[in-house]
Amino acid sequence: MKQYLLSMYQPQGDPPPPEILQPIMQKLGVIRQELQDVGAWVFGDGLCSPDTATVLRSQGGEVLVIDGPFTEGKEYLGGFMIIKVPDLDAALDWGRRYAETTGLPMEVRPFQSEAPD
Amino acid sequence: MPRRAGTGAGPPRAGSGAGPGIERVFREEYGRAVAVLARVFGDIDVAEDAVQEAFTAAVQRWPHAGVPPSPAGWIITTARNRAIDRLRKEASREDRHAQAALLHAADAPAEEGPVRDDRLRLIFTCCHPALAVATQVALTLRLLGGLTTTEIARAFLVPEPTMAQRLVRAKGKIRDAGIPYRVPHEADLPERLKAVLAVVYLIFNEGYTASSGDQLIRPELCQEAIRLGRLLAGLMPDEPEVTGLLALMLLIDSRRDARTAPGGGLVPLAEQDRGLWDRDRIAEGQSLVRACLRRNQPGPYQIQAAINAVHSDAPTAAATGWPQILRLYDQLMAHTPSPVVALHRAVAVAEVQGPAEALRLTGELDLGSYYLFHAIRADLLRRLGRPGEADQAYRAAIAATQNAAECDFLERRRRSLGAAES
Repeated sequence: MKQYLLSMYQPQGDPPPPEILQPIMQKLGVIRQELQDVGAWVFGDGLCSPDTATVLRSQGGEVLVIDGPFTEGKEYLGGFMIIKVPDLDAALDWGRRYAETTGLPMEVRPFQSEAPD
Repeated sequence: MPRRAGTGAGPPRAGSGAGPGIERVFREEYGRAVAVLARVFGDIDVAEDAVQEAFTAAVQRWPHAGVPPSPAGWIITTARNRAIDRLRKEASREDRHAQAALLHAADAPAEEGPVRDDRLRLIFTCCHPALAVATQVALTLRLLGGLTTTEIARAFLVPEPTMAQRLVRAKGKIRDAGIPYRVPHEADLPERLKAVLAVVYLIFNEGYTASSGDQLIRPELCQEAIRLGRLLAGLMPDEPEVTGLLALMLLIDSRRDARTAPGGGLVPLAEQDRGLWDRDRIAEGQSLVRACLRRNQPGPYQIQAAINAVHSDAPTAAATGWPQILRLYDQLMAHTPSPVVALHRAVAVAEVQGPAEALRLTGELDLGSYYLFHAIRADLLRRLGRPGEADQAYRAAIAATQNAAECDFLERRRRSLGAAES
């Protein structure tokens, strides 16, 4: 089985109001349950906002601690899932469902190593 | 981990006496051999290297031993055996890549296998939607057409290292991202087949009206697209759109010799010497169109082929069955409504209802960056006796094309307006 990272990119700004977010979260829960049922779920979660991030940068023999995200952008990594499936077509099928549900762009990227079966 | 980057070399340069036999076998059998080996080893680079090595062996052996009864079978068997030998050596040096390919080969059936399905698999892999269209085109020409990287780079006017890089990256993505090597499931087949047909037609069109450069037509790309079309039609005889695409390409290509003047300039359909049309191509194309029509599952390629069949029927431009062409364009608009189709439909409208109505229709289209839009409007304006506006439209068309022969044709048309005025 191959492992894929499904990354969800979110625009900067406030999250949508609960009446919109709630049904989306519920649908995401359904997809996750299906992934778990077929044994394809490895790990996944949403991330806290990028202003909670800290960057460590090795420089001249010491490691600097910097408050804030690695890159400032209009979009940021909002959450990710790791799945194990036979091939890219299967990964894209799951990714497509996430994209349809959230309306957000999803990046599908393979891991270097195969998943232990 | 170091990787072999598929060499992308062409038919081994035969030394003395290897003869054209090997080059012909190379062009005809390269795709088949790579397809089989890719299934056996589960890796396109391994397959390409192995097939290349087998052809090199053929160059050494065939001139004195003679061409074997089944050249393709000999190439595939030799490629398979040599690849296994080499992979065993590499596997013993802990090369995980080689180990994986060997494992894969051990699971694959030993015989040549269903070659038919292997080439279909390879086509669908090359035209996978996770690859950019330009990459799909290059991969298809390389792996199925057996064109060299140099030839593909030249055909698309891209520097060779750029094309080599594009192919290496594509093969790396197929391997690393796990793009599957199989014919898509029933449910996905219509969409995926559309992409495959689009790639073949793109290759044909790039050959027919080179988007840039000095030559109007690059016949080798047209030939290659028709060859791929024949292959697909043989592999998928029950898909009428596949047959439709082949018919469309044959009918358009039948006019190739009439389409360029001796000096290389473009000759429009209405002014072509119809005696130069290739009758065999027309006969084959028309019979395919009739076979499609009998199935009664029309699609955009079949309808476009039918439109071209009507043109091919007319002994003179004046005898063209324009009302029938217009009906077919109406049908095409119902299937695939697009501004480009609407533009071509307007040309038929000009013949049936007059240029004024056609001009009105083009006015509704948002195609300002498309040279043909301006060229067609220029012609309609000229026919309506509005040379000033026609001149402007020709200038806009010239600015929008990079093909030297097209530019030259449009410029001549523009100048002839001036001649009429003065």
